[in-house]
Amino acid sequence: MRLERRERTPPLLLVAAPMAAIVTALVLCSLLIGLAGAPVLAAYATLFQEALGSRLGITETLTRATPLILTGLGAAVAFRARFWNIGLEGQFYLGAIAVAALGSADWGLPPALLVPLLLLAGALAGALFLLGPALLKLRLGVDEVVTTLLLNFVAILLVSLLIEGPMKDPLAFGWPQSVPVTEAGLLPQLLARTRLHLGFALALLAALAIAFLNARTVFGLSARAVGLGTPAARHAGIPVGRVLLLTAMLSGALAGLAGAVEVTGLKGYVTTDLSPGFGTAGVIVAMLASLNPLGVVPAAIFVAAVFVGADAMARAHGVPSFIADVIVATALLTMLVALFLTEYRVRR
Amino acid sequence: MSPVLELTGITKRFGTLLANDGIDLTLGRGEVLALLGENGAGKTTLMSILFGHYVADAGTVRAFGQVLPPGDPKAAIAAGIGMVHQHFTLASNLSVLDNVTIGTEPLSAWRSRRGAARRRLVELAERFGLPVDPDRRVGELSVGERQRVEILKSLYRDARILILDEPTAVLTPQESERLFSTLRGMARQGLSLIFISHKLHEVVAHADRVAVLRGGRLVAERPAAGASRAELAELMVGRRVVHASRVPLEPGGSLLRLDGVRVEAGGRRLLDDIALDLREREVLGIVGVAGNGQDALSRLFAGTAPQPTGRIELLGRPVARLDHDALAEAGLAHIPEDRHHEGVVGDLRLYENAVLERIRDRRFSRLGLLRRQAALDHAAGLIRMFDIRGAEPTTRTRLLSGGNMQKLILGRNLVEQPRLIVASQPTRGLDEGAVAEIHRRLLEARGNGAGVLLISEDLDEIFRLADRVQVIFKGRLSAPLPIEAASEARLGLMMAGEDGDAPRAA
Repeated sequence: MRLERRERTPPLLLVAAPMAAIVTALVLCSLLIGLAGAPVLAAYATLFQEALGSRLGITETLTRATPLILTGLGAAVAFRARFWNIGLEGQFYLGAIAVAALGSADWGLPPALLVPLLLLAGALAGALFLLGPALLKLRLGVDEVVTTLLLNFVAILLVSLLIEGPMKDPLAFGWPQSVPVTEAGLLPQLLARTRLHLGFALALLAALAIAFLNARTVFGLSARAVGLGTPAARHAGIPVGRVLLLTAMLSGALAGLAGAVEVTGLKGYVTTDLSPGFGTAGVIVAMLASLNPLGVVPAAIFVAAVFVGADAMARAHGVPSFIADVIVATALLTMLVALFLTEYRVRR
Repeated sequence: MSPVLELTGITKRFGTLLANDGIDLTLGRGEVLALLGENGAGKTTLMSILFGHYVADAGTVRAFGQVLPPGDPKAAIAAGIGMVHQHFTLASNLSVLDNVTIGTEPLSAWRSRRGAARRRLVELAERFGLPVDPDRRVGELSVGERQRVEILKSLYRDARILILDEPTAVLTPQESERLFSTLRGMARQGLSLIFISHKLHEVVAHADRVAVLRGGRLVAERPAAGASRAELAELMVGRRVVHASRVPLEPGGSLLRLDGVRVEAGGRRLLDDIALDLREREVLGIVGVAGNGQDALSRLFAGTAPQPTGRIELLGRPVARLDHDALAEAGLAHIPEDRHHEGVVGDLRLYENAVLERIRDRRFSRLGLLRRQAALDHAAGLIRMFDIRGAEPTTRTRLLSGGNMQKLILGRNLVEQPRLIVASQPTRGLDEGAVAEIHRRLLEARGNGAGVLLISEDLDEIFRLADRVQVIFKGRLSAPLPIEAASEARLGLMMAGEDGDAPRAA
């Protein structure tokens, strides 16, 4: 059996492959659900009923998808230029804690001014947190996978230090949580009696903006050229170092924005479990979307739906809710195979 | 005379590509057969099937009357077939003797029988005129010597049929002559040889018989004696190839002058005391055997190299640094040697590669936004003007053939009417038709007043295009010779590091 590169990929295949990948992942995971002693079809029905079957379920899924879209974009932007930012989780927390620090004070500004400023601050914090690894890579060739990955722990410990210490909320009955953002700094709800907030619309806008940036700007073309063929980009006179640095900053900013949006839109304060792995899931979302910024949106919604629905499945059928992680991870693997098969064909 | 080797109905498909289509070929005892064809004609595929690297979809290989099992290189070796690859398969840290004997002794042998092996190697080397010192490390040998070791390796394994894949690609003309006289001697002693080539003159001069492949089919077989080069070229390409001819022009002012230029990297001197002067309306050829500093010289003009020391003048003005901006300002176009790696980004679309070098130009972007339609139109113009086949502006660039990719790279530069062109191996690996087209374009630019620095390993190309030629050897350049004063023999000697000033007969 051999693999051959396809000359052209049929458009139908491009659409069908991700679908087939997700179906395959669900089929594979049904083995585990069966092993746990639950009726497979009923369990999946519960999962999707919970996540997508009601107004509340849908809004919960979209709320959950909001930070995932932003971290997914952060990963997609960086990976497109072959800058492996694995530190999205840390940048997320830096964005969140920056917003809490600034937003808890009373600045006397109207919400229309304060909210954008807070979000900007969060994005900036995320970007700056990635500046060190980016410069180390460009100047000294330090592997950014290692530095960004390890900085995640630094970020979490820093947040922990702050919310146990100087930023601890005195009114929280001793729980380790930060001082809350003032009312004027919170994002408005999108729908009454749901948790869906304006952050979701912002995330969609961000996806559109990144798609435009990629396809229609000098910077986007330069970043793609650097990612797809660095020597040729350098030969063409593209300032490779500057492009990589800006790309890294953009990636960190998107992850920081995710943290800022989660605080101002949903929680109002920071705890060390603010993110159930939005950073790492962002990497998965980006890969599921094959780094396409518009594809990040459905990919994030899929991952969010699985997580939201898995809790209900766990309660109803006694399947451990960790099954959500397994489904998402399996989907990533099947998606990688599916994408490979859109580029190659198998021959005997 | 019964054939020692008989291929019947060999067919091999790769996807939609028919690499070999029902090929019948025989080889007689003591015969030298040349396999002639362009890149992609199926020569290497055919030889790989013969040697068992590939399994044919149909057809059989018979050696000395026995059918060879498909896909089994060991059986091919046992049947007496030896293959000398274009890229040598030698361990450079081992001695010649070790390289030759490696793999021929059972691992369980009590002790290595080096004495006998050495005697056998020396005897073979003498008998076939392949002098080598069995104790030298292969890493210290010249390319020509390494090739001898490769041949000896096959002979040591009792090869009666020897296949050589483009054996002269890395040799100087003198080394090539010598190789062919050795091969001739081997044929006289009863060995049968196949050599793959796309160089017409060596095929006509040194083979008994020529088999021409085109598009996977055997299109002709001719006795080499009396075969016309023009006819073979036409058979190989499938149509008549018209080469542009160089008309003498009066060169103008100096465009690029280097004096005492040195480049060092990692403690090694890549270029040493380089002096050259390129003028308007001329092609200055730089010729040499691969690996003598051509790469460093070409890189000087790519804007990506370590900065040199020495005097550099661009358009008559001294410049401190050869960075990208200075080169672009001078109107210098650089055609890199490796088009897949440096010339284009294969996964970008054609129109994106068409404008990548001038992306900040106001024609193609405004306020950081791409003018996509302008880029598409520009690409469509290039496709039309430079006859880039099988492509649209939105085609993914890696789907282009080598020749069409090179036309894109050359075209996007020439359309800007550069005053200076530095082209490194511009036609390597291209088919005859594309070569003629690239040559025509370079001469056209020269006619329009540009100066062309042509770095090439191909003497035919140099003689066809260059007005003057300098030889590069171990990072140093010879004094320029008018092309009329340069013979193949003289350049060959200089390429081997010998003094070419006193012309000698080759």
